[in-house]
Amino acid sequence: MSDRDHRPEEFADLDDSAPGEERINEQEVAGGLLGYVTGFGLAILLTIASFVAAQSGLIYQPAIISALVVLAIAQMGVHLVFFIHLTTGPDNTNNVLALAFGVFIVVLVVLGSVWIMTHLNHNMMPMNGIQMQ
Amino acid sequence: MSAVSGALPGAISPGRPDPHRLGHGSGHSHGATGHGEGGPASKFVTVAYGFWIFLLSDIIMFSAFFAAYAVLAKEIAGGPSGVDLFELPRVAIQTGLLLTSSFTCGLGSLASHRRDMVWTQIWLLVTGILGAAFLVLEVQEFAGMIEEGAGPSRSAFLSAFFALVGCHGLHVGMGLLWLGTMIAQLWVKGFRADILRRLQCFNLFWHALDIIWIAIFTLVYLLGASA
Repeated sequence: MSDRDHRPEEFADLDDSAPGEERINEQEVAGGLLGYVTGFGLAILLTIASFVAAQSGLIYQPAIISALVVLAIAQMGVHLVFFIHLTTGPDNTNNVLALAFGVFIVVLVVLGSVWIMTHLNHNMMPMNGIQMQ
Repeated sequence: MSAVSGALPGAISPGRPDPHRLGHGSGHSHGATGHGEGGPASKFVTVAYGFWIFLLSDIIMFSAFFAAYAVLAKEIAGGPSGVDLFELPRVAIQTGLLLTSSFTCGLGSLASHRRDMVWTQIWLLVTGILGAAFLVLEVQEFAGMIEEGAGPSRSAFLSAFFALVGCHGLHVGMGLLWLGTMIAQLWVKGFRADILRRLQCFNLFWHALDIIWIAIFTLVYLLGASA
């Protein structure tokens, strides 16, 4: 065990990594100080891109929402890889599977709600028209 | 080993060893979990994994608030809409503050990895100051909106807005309290194993808050101000 290892146990198991653990990829691009700086830079670029996409009028108005969603997902990916140190290595299987299940539920809740409620709204249209008069 | 010596294609010269030793599931010198050998995972892994599960369930809770906001965003009941209310320069500053605090929080994690008390405390303090500045801007925004008569009771849109953004702000506030206790614990107890586990959980929490803020500033503010 190196002295740079967070883990106090004498026999740290090296086949599972905690989410956010620094040790697992400090030799790789996404690890260490360079990883944080890279992630910070990418996140800044993606944030600026989001503001430009929403405000500049460079993008066809109905497509802005798609551009913003794509940029947001990209930035979340940057955070997961460079800040939370999520990798696709076998030591991260548990972390990635838990995340995948979380994303599944989130998509189900958000898209399901929007889908159902727009249909309800659609069916309610004549009523709304009467109420507004 | 050079190619000239007629090495078989399978004979790859050993460069940096594969950290995961793929394809060598058994026969480790150390205890290997996940293979029915070596006992349970270390406490550091189980604690951080448990906290990861909590964070994901927290994000699922946020997804319900997002769903409510997405459904109600157009229901302004004749009141002000996002275009009238949202000030993007403020949101840009808030985003910069929270993103930078996430970065400094990571630098603090690296410093704690080096067992460098001074820099760990400095980066944690910077993280706290940036988080507090974020919160001040958000409270200012809320106070201004309520003063204009655009409080949470004005319309379904504003109820959903205050619930979603306020819930994130509440998380940031709780995170700041936690950060204060982490600074104190580190100061008094040093780099003890249990303190480091708590610090690891705090780092995960803070990064997760920034991930939720990404969704808020794009889907609520940018979309609301452009539509």
